[in-house]
Amino acid sequence: MAYDAGGYGGRDYGGGYDDSYDDRPEFRDGFRDLQPPEPGFDSANYVPDVVKTFVVYMYRHIREKNVYEIHQMYEGSFQKLSERLFKQSNWPAVEMIAPYVDNDHVFCLLYKEMWFRHLYARLQPTIEQRCDSWDNYCNLFQVILHGNVNMQLPNQWLWDMVDEFIYQFQSFCQYRAKLKQKTDHELAFLRQIDEVWNVVGVLNYLQALIEKSMILQILDDEKDGNLTFTATDGYDYQGGTNVLKVLGYFSIVGLLRVHCLLGDYQSGLHALLPIDINQPGVFNTVIGCQITTIYYYGFANLMLRRYLDAIKSFNQVLLYIFKTKQYHQRSSQYDQILKKNEQMYALLAISLSLCPHPKLVDENVNNQLREKYAEKMLRMQHSDEAMFDELFSYACPKFITPAPPNYDEPLVNFNQDAYRLQLKLFLSEVRQQQLLSSIRSFLKLYTTISIAKLASFMDVDEPTLRVALLTYKHKTHVINNDGSVLSNADVDFYVDDDMVHIADTKTTKRFGDYFIRHISKFDEIINDLDRVQLE
Amino acid sequence: MPGAQVPITIEQLVALNPYNPDILPDLENYVEEQVVTQTYSLDANLCLLRLYQFQPARLDVRIVARMLVKALMALPATDFNLCMFLIPERLQMEEPFLTLATLAHFLETAHFREFWDEANRNRDILEVVPGFEQAIQGYAIHVLSITYQRLPRSILAEAINVEGLSLDKFLEYQVNNNGWTLEKGGQLVVLPANEDNHPVLRKSSADSIPLEHVARLFPVLG
Repeated sequence: MAYDAGGYGGRDYGGGYDDSYDDRPEFRDGFRDLQPPEPGFDSANYVPDVVKTFVVYMYRHIREKNVYEIHQMYEGSFQKLSERLFKQSNWPAVEMIAPYVDNDHVFCLLYKEMWFRHLYARLQPTIEQRCDSWDNYCNLFQVILHGNVNMQLPNQWLWDMVDEFIYQFQSFCQYRAKLKQKTDHELAFLRQIDEVWNVVGVLNYLQALIEKSMILQILDDEKDGNLTFTATDGYDYQGGTNVLKVLGYFSIVGLLRVHCLLGDYQSGLHALLPIDINQPGVFNTVIGCQITTIYYYGFANLMLRRYLDAIKSFNQVLLYIFKTKQYHQRSSQYDQILKKNEQMYALLAISLSLCPHPKLVDENVNNQLREKYAEKMLRMQHSDEAMFDELFSYACPKFITPAPPNYDEPLVNFNQDAYRLQLKLFLSEVRQQQLLSSIRSFLKLYTTISIAKLASFMDVDEPTLRVALLTYKHKTHVINNDGSVLSNADVDFYVDDDMVHIADTKTTKRFGDYFIRHISKFDEIINDLDRVQLE
Repeated sequence: MPGAQVPITIEQLVALNPYNPDILPDLENYVEEQVVTQTYSLDANLCLLRLYQFQPARLDVRIVARMLVKALMALPATDFNLCMFLIPERLQMEEPFLTLATLAHFLETAHFREFWDEANRNRDILEVVPGFEQAIQGYAIHVLSITYQRLPRSILAEAINVEGLSLDKFLEYQVNNNGWTLEKGGQLVVLPANEDNHPVLRKSSADSIPLEHVARLFPVLG
């Protein structure tokens, strides 16, 4: 059964959320072993029959490059078995299932990848397990980088690998930063493992995947219209492998994310440049990837004061989620999707409060936004710093401190340091823009007004007003990479000596679009009517 | 030839091998070079700040301070803020970072008089970087240019910290080279027209419709 990549428009939104799991071949023997194990039961050394069947089938599908089946098993069966058998426990250790898959080295690495991901999702990893997972990723990436794998894996899985890799890195940094609750054993262990989840190591693996896959060259070639990679969603229909190329592609998004977690927004956006987020691309094939990409892209632009870019991208993805979230309800990722959705509404609220541009927001998205944040946005527009604090803290990424601590100094918890710095700098930017809101509302009321009069209305002296007008101009102008200056102001003005002249900002009604839409609609209705046959 | 080729090599290093702590000394030297040759590279400096993040013990306060001064000179670009995102909070509470942050704040909020006063009190930090004064004056003029069509001479004087005869000479230069004019016997400065101080010049795309949208109608209309 060939995997149907589908055209871009008629895309299957992730597929595999199939009710017929009980009919799947790996479950044909029924769920005999499905009583949850007794507490204290050594699940690591007992392999239920249904798990044996699972790995055997999975192994076969991978060998036969049956991507559709792999995806069904990975996304569906694995979740189902986890839910029924391993709700609060680990899957059997890899040594126990290895005999059933010819001790295949690569399969075991893949199995362990899933094994650790399950552990992180359901339980708390020990420090030894964190190290083992790091080792597993290193081994897995090494094998892939040295070109020894001839597999096709579903994009979902390849994305999850990159996503989880960074998530576990983030988790480790957070874990390491909470020194006060550490046992002596843990501290002794930590001292010795500087290379484990080392930030330089993580970045270099992502970089290596990008370089070895030549993905930058591939994407560059596509700009000339040669859409070989994107047209097949990254899959290789000539009997080759998609793994390295697609991992390289997803690593681009990975770099964006890691840089943002470190507070380096410029480098993050720079890393993402090869991917044009306004065009369909492989990042659209996995909803988790699309959301992650836009979330970090939008956030980085927000921190760079590029509010228009942030607003447009949030609007785009929030609309997409609004239209398609019903298809993902049974996905294991559903909670994550919802969470990011809420966070992006918060970020959109912040962006719009700093840079009002209601026309950029789709109607559906705007309704949701009003529902959730109407009152808070009003407060933010009146420079309520506490409100900015609240929304930023809710929606921002989990920033990390990448360097290991000095274990000889008194033990403190520093896991909040990175977040506190970003928050502080963000709030000081908000504070600098304090007067902008009232300038905006006054300017909307006039076509010309003298500096003296405006100053008295705003209850400030003239020099203060002049300075505020300059600030308004500075903050609403964005400098592009090529040095050009772009204004994102909705209300614009200029000053002539001591008179302020406001540019005509009457909202021009867009009649053109309205008529076009309705002409097409009526035409459709007429055609339908013509087809009706009266009895 | 070491001198002329090093910038190219550094930029290549940053582009190809940025996550390598071994290049840290090269990047530090490059900051010094930027100061001396009055050049600037945001990417290289961010790369260095990143490496400092990974190995905080190697952070050199003097070099970071120079980087921040260079970043101020890049205004109106947001380079200074970008650097601050990467510098640990407790370091930012110490000098010279506190002063530099204050200076940045004044510039970001167009408080030019306060800026020049504070800059005067901290010449030691700023004088090590040649071209600082001119760069900030350039920024001030940029902000004035996107705001004012005509501005009182006193406001210009305060913004660029130049008065009296020096200001006369400065204005003469601008009139001769950059399209400025003077009115009211030199009391009013007329800045060249651009999209921002003449908003009517900005192209309005409010009601223009792309051809492909109209093209959809041709089957219906035809």
